[in-house]
Amino acid sequence: MTAFPPVTIVSGVPAPLLRDDVDTDAIIPSREINRVSKAGLGQALFAGWRYRVGTRDAVPDFVLNRPEYAQAAILLGGANFGCGSSREHAVWALHDWGIRVVIAPGFAPIFRGNCVRNGVLPAVLDDVASLADGAPVTVDLAAQRVRHGGRTHGFDIAAPDKAMLLGGLDAIDLTRQLGPEIAAFHARDRAARPWIYA
Amino acid sequence: MGSVALQSLAEARRAVVDPDRVFAMIDHIVDTTPGRTGTLVPGGEAFLTATREACAAAGIRVFDIGDGEQGIVHVAGPELGLALPGATIVCPDSHTCTQGALGALAWGIGASEAEHALATGTLRMTRAGTMRITIDGRLGHGVTAKDLALALLARFGADGGQGMAVEYAGEAVRAMEVEARLTLCNMATEFGAMTGLIAPDAVLFAWLRGRPHAPAGAAWEAALATWRELATDDGATFDIEHCFDARDVAPMIGWGTSPAQSVAVGDRAPADNAYMAVEGGAPLLGLPIDAAFIGSCTNGRLSDLRAAADVLRGRQVAPGVRAWVVPGSTSVRAAAEAEGLDRVFTDAGFEWRESGCSMCFHAGGPGLPPGSRVVSSTNRNFEGRQGVGVRTHIASPATVAASAVAGVLADPR
Repeated sequence: MTAFPPVTIVSGVPAPLLRDDVDTDAIIPSREINRVSKAGLGQALFAGWRYRVGTRDAVPDFVLNRPEYAQAAILLGGANFGCGSSREHAVWALHDWGIRVVIAPGFAPIFRGNCVRNGVLPAVLDDVASLADGAPVTVDLAAQRVRHGGRTHGFDIAAPDKAMLLGGLDAIDLTRQLGPEIAAFHARDRAARPWIYA
Repeated sequence: MGSVALQSLAEARRAVVDPDRVFAMIDHIVDTTPGRTGTLVPGGEAFLTATREACAAAGIRVFDIGDGEQGIVHVAGPELGLALPGATIVCPDSHTCTQGALGALAWGIGASEAEHALATGTLRMTRAGTMRITIDGRLGHGVTAKDLALALLARFGADGGQGMAVEYAGEAVRAMEVEARLTLCNMATEFGAMTGLIAPDAVLFAWLRGRPHAPAGAAWEAALATWRELATDDGATFDIEHCFDARDVAPMIGWGTSPAQSVAVGDRAPADNAYMAVEGGAPLLGLPIDAAFIGSCTNGRLSDLRAAADVLRGRQVAPGVRAWVVPGSTSVRAAAEAEGLDRVFTDAGFEWRESGCSMCFHAGGPGLPPGSRVVSSTNRNFEGRQGVGVRTHIASPATVAASAVAGVLADPR
C-alpha cells in the first residue's frame, strides 16, 4: 500500500521562518492536540504565533498569514528545526496546512523521522537565507537539488529517507517482507537473553 | 501518543506482534490532584479511554490510575526494572533517552514509528553518530546533574548533539547515583541527540537488583554476566569527543526560550528575550516569581524531592507564590511519605500531588494566567510550554525550592 502521495518535485515561493530552534510546541501547542486523530490539524499550525492570544484572530505579519505565502508548499527554517517533543502532530499539522518540504540547516532527529513517515521532505541545506528573496524555488528530490533563480543548490537527505518519500512507501509493509529474518532474530535473542522477554 | 498509534494500527487491521513486551503508562494528561479519577484536560478523557480500550484489545499491560506501579514512564520504567541494560526501548515520547542511564539503547519516536515497532518488533534506522562527553572532576556542593545538563546545553547548544548517540563518561558520571544519571540522560533530547547513555557499572547493578520486573535468581546472574560486557571498550573511537570539567558548574537557571539559554544562577542574562520579559545584562537573581513547580521525568525522583525538602524544612513559600510538588511515580510518592517529605512540603506551603507529567506542559484545563513567571524543575522552557504566555525558568529542584521561599529567583547554596 502507499502511505501518502510520493514527494518528487515541489515548486513555489517558499515561506521564510528563519529562526533557530523552532520547537514542536511552537509548531503545534499541546492545548491544540485535543482529539485522537491525525486529521484537520492545519488550523492549529503555529497557533501560538499565528493567532492573537485566546482567539482565532490572525496576527497579520506572521509569515503564514501573509497573502504571498498563503499557498506555500515549501517552508524555510533555521537550525535545529522541530526540536522538542516527539509529537507527530507537528508534521500532520504542517502537511494538512499544505507544506510538503521544509528546508533548514538541520532538523531534530525525531521530527525528521516523523516527516519522512508522512510525506514531508526534510531537506538539509546550510544557506537557507539566500532562498528567501521572494522568488520561486523548485525542489527536486530525485536529483537532490533546489533550483532558485539561475542557481542550483544540492541538499542532504539520508538515502533510505529519500527512497521512502520518492516511493510514497509504507514502512510497515516494507519491513514485513523481512518477517522470517526478524522472527529468527527474536528466537535467537530469546534464547540468549530470556529476561528481556519474560 | 500511544493511543494514536494503537488506534491507527487497529484501523489498518494490523496486530501487535508481541504484547508481552509492550507497556502503557497513563502519565501525560492524567489529573494529579489527590482523589483523581481521570483528567482535567478538555477532551482528554478520549485519550485515556482510547488507550485503555486499545490496550485491552491488544493484551497490553496498562499502568493506570490507582495502580501502585503507575508513574511517569521514564521514572516508573527504570524503578520497576522494565528498563534494563542492553535492552532496546522505544516510546512515543522524546524523553525516552532518560532510560539510557541504565545502559539501554532508548530513544523517543513519533506515533508512526510506534505503530511500526508494535506491528513488527523492529524499527528501520539509520545508524546514529557517536559522541562521548567526558566529565572530569566532581560536581560541587549544591550542584546537581540537572545543573550539569543545563551547563552542557549552554556550552554546546541545543543542536550540539544532533542525531548522535551520546555517551556520558568520566569521574563525575561514575560518582553519580543512578537517579542523577537518569536526570543527565533525560536532557540528551534537548541536546538534539538520538539518545544519551551511561556504561552500566556496579552502582547500577546494585540499584537494579530486586526491582519488581528485573530478572531474579539464576536469570539475574546470567543477565549480569552479559551486562558486564556492555561498557565501552578501552581505545574505542567516537565521531566526536568533548571534555568538560564538573568543577566549573554552578547551579544553573534558564533565562530564555530554549534550554540552551541557561546561565549560572548568579549571572546576568546575556541577551534580551521579549517573551520572557528578560533584559540582556540584567541579573536573574531577584526576578519575582508567581509559581514554583517540582516534578517531571527530569526531576521527579525521590532524591529530587529530598533535595528540595532539605531547602524547605522549617521554611515557608513566599506570600503570593503558588507551589506544587508532583512525584514522578506513585512509588516515589509512597517512599517520600514514608520518610515524612510530604509534611515538609505541605508545612512549607507546597501542594502535594499524585504522580503524572502535570505542569511540565500545559494542554488546557486549570493552569496559570498569561505573563506568570514560573521556576520549574522541568526540561523545556519553550514559549507556551506551561500555558499561553507563561514564562518558564528551568532549574534544579533545590533552586526551585530556594526560589519559592524567596519569592524571587534564588541561589540554593
